[in-house]
Amino acid sequence: MIEIENVHKSFGALEVLKGINLTVDKGEVVSVIGGSGSGKSTLLTCINGLEPINSGRILVDGIEVHAKTTDLNKLRRKIGIVFQQFNAFPHLTVLENVTLAPRKVKGLSRQEAEEIAVKHLTHVGLAEKLNVYPGRLSGGQQQRMAIARALAMSPDYMLFDEVTSALDPQLVGEVLDTLKMLADEGMTMICVTHEMSFARDVSNRVAFFHKGVMAEIGPPEQIFGNAQHEETRKFLSSVR
Amino acid sequence: MFDTALSFNDLLFLLKGAGVTLSVTAFAVVGGTVLGLLFGVLRSHVSPWAVLPLTFVLDVFRSVPLLIQLILANASQAIAGLQFSPFVTSCIVLALYTSAYCTEIVRGAIEAVPPVTRRAARSLGLTWGQDMTQIVFPMALRVGLPSWIGLTLGVMKDSALVLWLGIIELLRASQILVTRLQEPMFILLIAGAIYFALSFPIARLGGRLEKRWQEND
Repeated sequence: MIEIENVHKSFGALEVLKGINLTVDKGEVVSVIGGSGSGKSTLLTCINGLEPINSGRILVDGIEVHAKTTDLNKLRRKIGIVFQQFNAFPHLTVLENVTLAPRKVKGLSRQEAEEIAVKHLTHVGLAEKLNVYPGRLSGGQQQRMAIARALAMSPDYMLFDEVTSALDPQLVGEVLDTLKMLADEGMTMICVTHEMSFARDVSNRVAFFHKGVMAEIGPPEQIFGNAQHEETRKFLSSVR
Repeated sequence: MFDTALSFNDLLFLLKGAGVTLSVTAFAVVGGTVLGLLFGVLRSHVSPWAVLPLTFVLDVFRSVPLLIQLILANASQAIAGLQFSPFVTSCIVLALYTSAYCTEIVRGAIEAVPPVTRRAARSLGLTWGQDMTQIVFPMALRVGLPSWIGLTLGVMKDSALVLWLGIIELLRASQILVTRLQEPMFILLIAGAIYFALSFPIARLGGRLEKRWQEND
């Protein structure tokens, strides 16, 4: 379970998260929507400890992410994150990209890591591209490789930060299909997204962020059909 | 018809000088690269204020002509009673001189690795050290290699200045032969050809590596 309790986060004088409270249960898919600068992406990087927080706390399976005693490198094995930019390691082949962390972080043998990598790469439809360098892949393929790379660590939670935003429109579908597949398999996911149809169809709950505050959260039917908050309605009418 | 007084032994003398050039260059480049890596990592990871003294010293090494550095270092070590041989003094000075340039190459190459790529590596649970060795250094190598090759070739040619400390390297050897045989054109042509023969493989190796990496991009 991910528990976010009254989290505040500032960059200098700019407060980007103003007291966020959110609990995500195992197997749940939560989509986070909202305008640019509303703090959605920052929240994800705080959850896996890439960004420090100013106050409040975030617990992942009861472990406080920002506690001084927490081994972040160990905790991050539980939490996969995929970013808007594909962030492929360009000097490594697709297979090497995916086997790197299992080998170096988990200490698996090359053979064990490759078995896992091939399984996940096949799962995301890249079985034919194992020995190709990322520079030869399309944006959608690179993003699917990044998803396989995160999955190869067998995380309990996956965080997706606008993973389709940098893709050409015709490539968005293939990545969204991969996310839907993961959701169907019961992966616990927090997805920051601008894809409203994805948020509506796949999520258990949808959270709307506005100016660093979680203005509203509820089942997709409520958010898209009967939003309680004025800002939610305004945002949804602007993106439709 | 072409006639020369240059004997086989003279040619061996030139090649021996080339050996000294190669040795000085090798010590300078290896030492300078190790120091440059260390200083470059410091410069790219530590606040500029914390490494200000280091930056200042490296700027001095980059700004003062190498000849002045060699002569001052040689005189200073003699005054200090260190009794370094001219060869050792030359290697130390050239290594520091090389490190000053190498530091900037390393710093620039590390900073060229996108922070988001490093963030992705850390998000997978890689430690700082693993991120550096597995992601940053291999990516930075591709950026920094052409400049490093250029530096190495430059240091090889600059190493000729150690003749001022009395070391008989390739250029000094050819000067001695020119004085004795009075055939400057021919002897300098040979010396130039030897410099080229020493440099060409290094330049080609760099070119081949770059080409191989480009094929993967």
